Amino acid sequence: MPDQDISLIAHLMRRAGFSAPLEELQARAAKGYDATVDELLDPESQPPMERDIMMRYKADWLAQAGLEGQQEEWTFRMINSKRPLQEKIALFWHCVLVTGHAKCEYPKQQSMELDMFRTVGMGSFHELLKGLSKDPAMVFYLDNCMSHAGAINENWGRELLELFSLGVGMDGEFNYSEDDVKAAARAFTGWTVTNSIPRYPYGKYEAKFMYDPRDHDNDDKTFLGETGNFNGEDIVDIIVRQPATARFVARHLYNFFVADEPQVPAWKDSPPIDASAIKELEDEYFRSNYNITAMLRVLFKSDWFKAATFAKIKSPAETVVGTLKLVGDFKFPRPGLDMMTMNIRFMGQDLLNPPTVEGWHTGREWIDSGTLVERINFTADQVGNLNHSGVKNIINRVGSIGPVLTADQLIDACLENLGSYQLHQETRNQLVEMASGEGEIRSDAEGFPLQVATMLQSIVATTEYLFA
Amino acid sequence: MTSTKKDPVLVVLQLAGGNDGLNTVVPYGNPKYFDQRPNVFVPQDQVLPINDEIGFNPNMGPVKRLYDEGHVAVIQGVGYPTGSRSHFRSMDIWHTCEPQKVGDEGWLGRVIRDLDPTQENVLTAVNFGRGLPRALVAPGVPVASVGNLETYGVLTGIDDTDQRLKALDVFSKVYSPMIGQGPVMDYLAHTGLDALKGADILSAAPEMYSSTVEYGGDTVSQYMRNIAQTHLAGFGTRVLYTTAPFNSFDTHAGQMANHTKLWRETSRAIGDFYDDLKEHNAGENVMLLVFTEFGRRVHDNGSGTDHGAGGHCFIIGDQVKGGLYGEYPSLDDNKLDEGDLQFNTDFRSVYSTILEKWMGLDAKPIVNGEFEQLAFV
Repeated sequence: MPDQDISLIAHLMRRAGFSAPLEELQARAAKGYDATVDELLDPESQPPMERDIMMRYKADWLAQAGLEGQQEEWTFRMINSKRPLQEKIALFWHCVLVTGHAKCEYPKQQSMELDMFRTVGMGSFHELLKGLSKDPAMVFYLDNCMSHAGAINENWGRELLELFSLGVGMDGEFNYSEDDVKAAARAFTGWTVTNSIPRYPYGKYEAKFMYDPRDHDNDDKTFLGETGNFNGEDIVDIIVRQPATARFVARHLYNFFVADEPQVPAWKDSPPIDASAIKELEDEYFRSNYNITAMLRVLFKSDWFKAATFAKIKSPAETVVGTLKLVGDFKFPRPGLDMMTMNIRFMGQDLLNPPTVEGWHTGREWIDSGTLVERINFTADQVGNLNHSGVKNIINRVGSIGPVLTADQLIDACLENLGSYQLHQETRNQLVEMASGEGEIRSDAEGFPLQVATMLQSIVATTEYLFA
Repeated sequence: MTSTKKDPVLVVLQLAGGNDGLNTVVPYGNPKYFDQRPNVFVPQDQVLPINDEIGFNPNMGPVKRLYDEGHVAVIQGVGYPTGSRSHFRSMDIWHTCEPQKVGDEGWLGRVIRDLDPTQENVLTAVNFGRGLPRALVAPGVPVASVGNLETYGVLTGIDDTDQRLKALDVFSKVYSPMIGQGPVMDYLAHTGLDALKGADILSAAPEMYSSTVEYGGDTVSQYMRNIAQTHLAGFGTRVLYTTAPFNSFDTHAGQMANHTKLWRETSRAIGDFYDDLKEHNAGENVMLLVFTEFGRRVHDNGSGTDHGAGGHCFIIGDQVKGGLYGEYPSLDDNKLDEGDLQFNTDFRSVYSTILEKWMGLDAKPIVNGEFEQLAFV
């Protein structure tokens, strides 16, 4: 029988982090589930990344001047951070509050945005939206710097409502009108950025947010039924009070941390799959003054979270980072991480460069016959590599069961080491047949490491392993 | 239906982001164009004229050449009632033919189901790019999706042939559909088996291919080349699809530089693709549809254009009756709809024409209704 404490911690770490090898799960289980949740929710209690080590070996990470370098650095952080939820929440907000490299004047700007997600992203959603409205990467990405009094550019005003806060609609009703979009855009006129010049001789500077009162539309605006000479802050103040915003944040948290929901464009007409869970999160949103950590505490300690094992398809970032953590590679910024990081892109998630401002579609839409091939090939290559310390550890642990293993023992031990995975009976039968076909399974045999590795490869190629 | 010896093939190139129709087919003879576009306009003397009123963007030389040869139908003012200005919603509508509710079944998914109801060929449709566009998605319909045609295969990292075959054998068994596991597990199982089968066949295409045509290095060019390779390999593929990356046509700002580059690359890719098929005498059963989710706002915003309506689409091929279809939308102030061009041709008319007259299918259940047949086939 799988150890219940270990499998629950494995579930928590897949969601609140990027999975963990068995020895870490055992250590966390010894501290207890609630204590682990509290620790994850208090990232400051754990040491930060050792920047001096990173910069010493990867000086280019300091410059943050190109997409691949940024992706590589972020992947390194996701693998090695002692504050896994901080990196997970950065990924969460990056998937919701989207900017893209394809339209970023100075790439470092997106890294600065991620730093905001790491800190403010676990605090008040109110503060986060205010920060986002002034984030130079966003101001440029959605053209608010091109929106002027008397000549608005609606891009930011529209996406703020549609994709970053209210959502198109809920319970079958629209949450805002085209007039609200225009009013929001007018309220944000004058919210712009400084030029990131001079470019030479020192390279680019970061752009800074700048409010230009001369370019602000000072006429009255009517927004979501309220009228006044609104500025951008007023729009955000009105937005965060809306029940639709509570619903939107709750549903996104649920979709990312608990179970796959229908895709965002369907939310107007498709009810949540667990209405009472969403209600609990909405209530906490208002009770806690829009506090994300408070909502996550409710979420991770709820029975519905604990019951939602394997209810989500892993994202490419979760797949690649989780696999590299499992096999124990890249604990140090050695060369080769750049190519490894590209696998996240090949599986359909080009970090910092989502396909549209809507971000990525999730759930089963991660999987098509192209991305499935990428995912299986990558994961099987890693767990089949006998040189990886993590794979050696797994082989040793599996071998420690005894001199002779049954096929079931081999499979169960591999499943536990991969994170307490469970297989459907039909899948299990196939693997039992494969393992039994090799004769007696002896842990002292020369071919034992390869036998374990082949079993790991076969398990990570199953449909079950696509889930988290 | 046009009678061709070979089965008709449809290639779709999606210009994601909302291509600016006004600066693509430019109404250079209309002074209102220059009034509305004080900053983001194509100068009159640079336009490649179609007639005294309109002409192609100067970066569209290869498309203009094909137009002059009579192979390009320009459908002007395409759209649908109460156009959505959201990329995702509008693209969804083009993909699902469902302007009223959120559809989850793509029009080409239905086409593939009609073409190959018993799923005999996993390569009836092939998408080039990462992630399947909703247009190709329908329950139980297999579509191969290829990121890179050169390296496509399952468990390719297992060097030992025996071990790889063993692993593939287990793979094929564990991905066999299981009863009662629900739609997601069914989908995953089908996807796994389709991937396995499709990869084996597709891996042969690049080796079989040789051509004097040299495509550009941009993504659209590379995928158009992959489409040509797959078509020429003769796998019985009927629908081939690719997308310009990253909403690149979403030119809210800096449009003059960006749009120039986009059309220089895209137009070259289209011309190269046509020439490649011609060289192999394999173009007569191919029709290329080039579309975008919406046109852009008539009045520019200083350096770009915002989301609008009423764009154009192109149908290109040997069997296409080239020329202008629909009407160029009016630029008169009283004819604009909240600052946007009014569409006059429903995109479902374009689809219906392709389906009925080219693919030989019953269009009504695919596009959800009856729409006027156009004369471009």
